[in-house]
Order: sequence, then structure tokens, then C-alpha cells
Amino acid sequence: MSLDPIPPRRRRRAFDWSTAAIAAIAFAAAAAVYWRDGAEHFLAILSGDLMLFGEMLPKVLAGCLIGAFVTLLLPRELVARWVGHESGFTGLAVAALFGFILPGGPITIYPVACAFLAMGADAGAVVAFITSWTLIGYTRALVWELPFFGSDFVIWRIVEALPLPILAGLLARIAVRAGLARMGDRA
Amino acid sequence: MTIAIDIMLWLVVAALGFIAVLRGRVLLNDGARDGVVEFIHLLPRIAIGVVGSGYIAEVLPKALVAPWLGPESGLTGVIIATLGGALTPGGPVVGFSIGAAALKSGAGAPQVIAYSTAWALYAIHRLVMWEVPLMPARIVWLRAAVSLPLPFIAAAAAMVLAKP
Repeated sequence: MSLDPIPPRRRRRAFDWSTAAIAAIAFAAAAAVYWRDGAEHFLAILSGDLMLFGEMLPKVLAGCLIGAFVTLLLPRELVARWVGHESGFTGLAVAALFGFILPGGPITIYPVACAFLAMGADAGAVVAFITSWTLIGYTRALVWELPFFGSDFVIWRIVEALPLPILAGLLARIAVRAGLARMGDRA
Repeated sequence: MTIAIDIMLWLVVAALGFIAVLRGRVLLNDGARDGVVEFIHLLPRIAIGVVGSGYIAEVLPKALVAPWLGPESGLTGVIIATLGGALTPGGPVVGFSIGAAALKSGAGAPQVIAYSTAWALYAIHRLVMWEVPLMPARIVWLRAAVSLPLPFIAAAAAMVLAKP
């Protein structure tokens, strides 16, 4: 078995502007709530959100671990062949299938998607993957939608949404190939 | 239910870890370390995103679009629903409870599907607060851009294939 080259590390900046902007907006909104609604409501929201954050942590960690292991275990050639630029319709279908079956929360999918991107999946496959999880991911539907809409509605909605992830992936590829979106090599 | 998903998720992690061990102990260590490093890098971003989005959801007016989304509202209703979905802040609880409330108050199923699909795919608030911190920005915007027509397609399919 040939040795795979070490997968490139994604470049990391310790501080980035988008996070800073989001922090600023969050801080402003928090201040507005405190000023408008008082300390008690402010703290109620804070504790609710912290609980949500705490619930998410195991899922995020699992997502990061899955992403890390998949990066190390899957040979780049395999990923590039199955879901890279040249993978065609099959690549989109594979990506959509993974999106359907991947368990986890909304946060889990992004580290995994990043890992696939760094390993050679093309933008279209990543878009198909995320769109698939978002619209037809079965754990997402089970946990979040079912309680609100009931199984009939959810199943009907999902069946109708089945072609959408592949469509989104196709549109993304067309956009990239038409030069409408610039994709550098950096992940 | 959430526990079941956690278990499934960690079973996947365990399976991957096991495969890594089969290939060599160093792969397991590398994978675990890389995953944890990534996790720690993400933590402050996620914390800001989750806590911040709670406050932002409080501050933004929750537009109740139910009166505008009846079954007869057709394409206009779908457009309004899509816009509402994109603008709805907050997590799944907010998004789905508005959708379910709209359905119960007489909104048409295609309109509610447009709303849910738009909210799921490109709620602006979530794009900015959750996705951009975690993904390369150009992928986020590419995905949002190609997803723009999807709520309309879903609503059209819903109109054609009437709900059983």
C-alpha cells in the first residue's frame, strides 16, 4: 500500500474578522435585551442558550473527530475520484447520500464538510452534502421536525425534497465552472 | 431522542477509531488529536454563535406571516413565505414552531414548505452566525446562492403532488 502524503493542514488564523463581527453583533443584541427587558430576562436567555450550547458540545466533538479520522483514513485519490471535480453525477449522489445518513446536529455537519473539502471534494459535492443533510437528513427530521409537524407531513416533505440536494450540487458546479464563483485551492 | 443520536454519532466515531487502530496506532492518536484541536478551535466561535443568536432572535421582530400564507395565496404566498423563512432568526424551535403555527392557522402546505425550506437552507441569521464561522465563506455564499430557487421548487412540487 503506497503511503499517502500527509493531508494539508487547513490554515488557521487565531483571529478572524467574521467572528469578530458576529461577536460585535451578539454583544450589541445582548446589551439591547438587557436594557430593554432587564437582567432577569437577559439571564434567562443566557442560561437557555448555554444549555443548548452544552447539549451541542458532544455532537460537535464527535463531528470534529469524524472529520479528522475521515481525513486521515480516506486516501485523497479516493475522495477526489468519488466526489471531486470529475466525479460527475455519481459524486453528487454519493455526497447527497452521506448527507442523508450522517447523524448529528446542525453544527456536526460543518466540520465534516470542511474535512471533505480539504481532501478534494469539490464545491458541488460539498453543497450537495450540506443541502442533503439540511433538507432530508433523517436524524434532523426525526429530532426537530417530527414533534412539530407530525410524520405524514414530514415524510411527504422529504420525498418531495429528494432531488433538491443533487440539483443544488449541479447548480454549484455550473456556477464554479462558469467562473461565477472563484474557488481557490485553500480550504 | 437526542441521546439516541449522540449514541449513533459516537458509534460512528468508534468505528472510525477502530479502523484507524487497524491501520496503526499512530493514526488513532493523530486523528484524535486533530479532532480535539479542531474542536477547541471551534468552541469560542460556536459559543458566540449560539449565545448571540438567542439575543438577536429576541431583538428582531418575529414576523408572523400566517395571515398572508393561506392556500389561495399561490405564488405570492410562496414568495412571502420564502422571504419570511430567510429572515426568521433563531434555532429549529423558532423556525419549526412558526411553521407549525402557520399550518394550524390555515396557511397552505406549499407555503409552509417554502417557509421551512427557505429557513432551513438560508436563514440569513444562521448563515452569518453559525455557518460563516465554521466554513469557508465563499462556500457558504455559493451554497446560499444556488439554494435560492429551492424553496420555490419544493413549493411547486407540493402544489402538484397534493398532500395525502
